[in-house]
Amino acid sequence: MRFNAVLWKEWIVFRRKWLSITMSAVVGPLLYLIAFGWGLGNTVSVGEVSYTSFVIPGIIAMNSMSTSFGVIANDINISRIYGKTFEAIMMSPIQMRTFTVARVTGGALRGLYTATIILLVSFLFHRDITIDAYFVIVLVLNCFVFSAIGFIAGILINSHADMAKVTSFVITPMSFLCGTLFPLDRFPKVLAIAFESLPLTQTVKALRSGVSDPSYLMSPMILAIYLIVFMLLAIRICRRAE
Amino acid sequence: MISYRNVSKKYNGLEAVSDFSLEIENGEFFGLLGPNGAGKTTLIRMTTTLTPITQGEIYVDGEPIDRDLTAIKQKFGIVPQYSTLENDLTAWENLELHGRFYGIAKNTRRERIEELLEFTELTDRRNDTAGTFSGGMQRKLMIAKSLMHGPQIMLLDEPTVGLDAASRRKIWDLMRRMNEDGLTIFLTTHYLDEAEALCSRVGMIDLGKLVMLGNPSEIISQTGKFALEYFKEGTTHQELFEEKEPAMEAAKLLQCDFKIRETNLEDAFILITNKGFGA
Ligand SMILES: Nc1ncnc2c1ncn2[C@@H]1O[C@H](COP(=O)(O)OP(=O)(O)OP(=O)(O)O)[C@@H](O)[C@H]1O
Ligand SMILES: [Mg+2]
Repeated sequence: MRFNAVLWKEWIVFRRKWLSITMSAVVGPLLYLIAFGWGLGNTVSVGEVSYTSFVIPGIIAMNSMSTSFGVIANDINISRIYGKTFEAIMMSPIQMRTFTVARVTGGALRGLYTATIILLVSFLFHRDITIDAYFVIVLVLNCFVFSAIGFIAGILINSHADMAKVTSFVITPMSFLCGTLFPLDRFPKVLAIAFESLPLTQTVKALRSGVSDPSYLMSPMILAIYLIVFMLLAIRICRRAE
Repeated sequence: MISYRNVSKKYNGLEAVSDFSLEIENGEFFGLLGPNGAGKTTLIRMTTTLTPITQGEIYVDGEPIDRDLTAIKQKFGIVPQYSTLENDLTAWENLELHGRFYGIAKNTRRERIEELLEFTELTDRRNDTAGTFSGGMQRKLMIAKSLMHGPQIMLLDEPTVGLDAASRRKIWDLMRRMNEDGLTIFLTTHYLDEAEALCSRVGMIDLGKLVMLGNPSEIISQTGKFALEYFKEGTTHQELFEEKEPAMEAAKLLQCDFKIRETNLEDAFILITNKGFGA
C-alpha cells in the first residue's frame, strides 16, 4: 500500500511529463545508433558479428544505466535540497525500507522504459536482436542496481555541482569503458580485469552472449549480489539521512 | 503528551538546543516563542525525527520517538517552516498522496480531501499545481495536508510567517478550531501577539534554553501592567510599572515624546533576556 503510494506519485509525474521524458530518452541513443550502428555498423565487425549487433546491447545497457541512476539521483537530491519533499517522507509513517525499495523500483522502471524505447528505435536499423527472458532479467537487474546506486548518491551528495561531478567522473567513464562500445580485450590485462568486475560490464556481456554462453548464470548472479549490497546500503543510509 | 527530557542538540560545536525539558499536555494550545536562531525549528525537527537528538529523550504518550516508529508518526500533524508540497502535483494530488502515505482507505481519503479543501477554502484551486500557489495558499494546503490522517498532536513551525494580516487571522482561526476539536497544538512563533492571542501556555526559548514558562497573562502581570516607552539619544527605552500613576510621574520628567501602554509578552521577554526580538 505505502509502496504503491511512492510509485503512484512517480506515475503522476511521469504521466504529466511523458512527452519530454520520452523525447529526451530517444535523442541520445538515437545519435549513438546513427553514429555507431548505421555509420560504422556495416563496415566494421567485431569478431564474427557486425558492429551494429555488437553495439546495440552496449547502448541499451549504458542508457538504461544512466537513466536509472540519473533520474533517481537527481530527484532525491532535488527533493532533499530544494523542495524539501524528502522531509515529508521522513516524517510520514512509511518505513524507510519500504520507501527505499519503492523509490529504487521507480528509478528502475524509468530505466526500463528508456531501454524499451531504444529497443524499438534500434529495430529500425537492425532486426536480429533476440529478446528472451534472460535478456529481460539481466536488463531489469541492471536497472535496479544503478537505481539503488542513484538513490545512495541522491542522499549522500549535498549539491547539484557535486552530483554533476559524480556523473562526469563515474557514470560517463563507465558508460564508455565497460565494454559497451568496444571489447575489453583491447585493454591491458589489469585494467580489463578491473572493468570486468563492474556491474555494467556484466550486463553488457550477458546481453550480448545470451544463454548460449556456458557460464551464462554468472553475470546475473554478480548483478544480484551488487543489487543486494547496494539496496541494503541504501536502506541504511536512508534511515540515517538528515 | 510530548515530554522533552534534558534534550540537547549540537551541530559541530554549536549548541542549538541545550538541556531542554518540557511537558506538553494533551489538548493544550502551547506556544514556543523565541527569536531567530533560538532553536525552535531544531526542537520541532528532533520531535519529528528529522534530526537526531544529541542528548536526552523525547517521549510521545510515554514512548520514545524513532524514525521507523510509525504509530507515533500517525499521531503527528506537521506543518514545517517551509513548504514540503510536491510542486508538480495539484492540491488534490498532494492531499491524495499524503493520504496514501498514511495508509488511509480510499473512500475515507476522498471524503477527507473534500472536507479539508473546504476547510482551507481551496476547493476551487484543487486542480492547480501547488507550485503555482501563493505563500498563503501553500501554507493552507500544508495545513490541510497535515490534517489528512486525523492527527492528535499538531506541530506548527511559524505557520504565519510571511502572510498578510487577513491570511494570518485565517490560520489563527484554523488553529483555534483544531484545538476546539481536541487536538494538542504545539506552535512556534516569533510573533508575541500571536502567542498572546492563541496560547494557553507559552514557553520562551533563547539560545537553545527554555528561559520562561507560564500562561501569557500570568507572565505579563509578573512583568508589570504598564510600560513607559520613549526614544532618547538614539535608542528606545522602556520602563515597566505596576500602576499607571507612577508611569505618568516618570513620563513628566522626560524631555521627549513618550508612550504609556499596557505591557505584553515582548516586554516580558525583554525583561528576561535583556534584549528585544530582532525580527
Ligand atoms: N543543519 C544545521 N547545521 C548547522 N547548524 C544549524 C543547522 N540547523 C540549525 N542550525 C543552527 O542552530 C541554531 C538554531 O536554529 P533553528 O533553525 O532551530 O532556529 P529557529 O528558532 O527556528 O530560528 P528561526 O526563527 O529563524 O526559524 C542556529 O544557530 C542555526 O544556525
Ligand atoms: Mg525556525
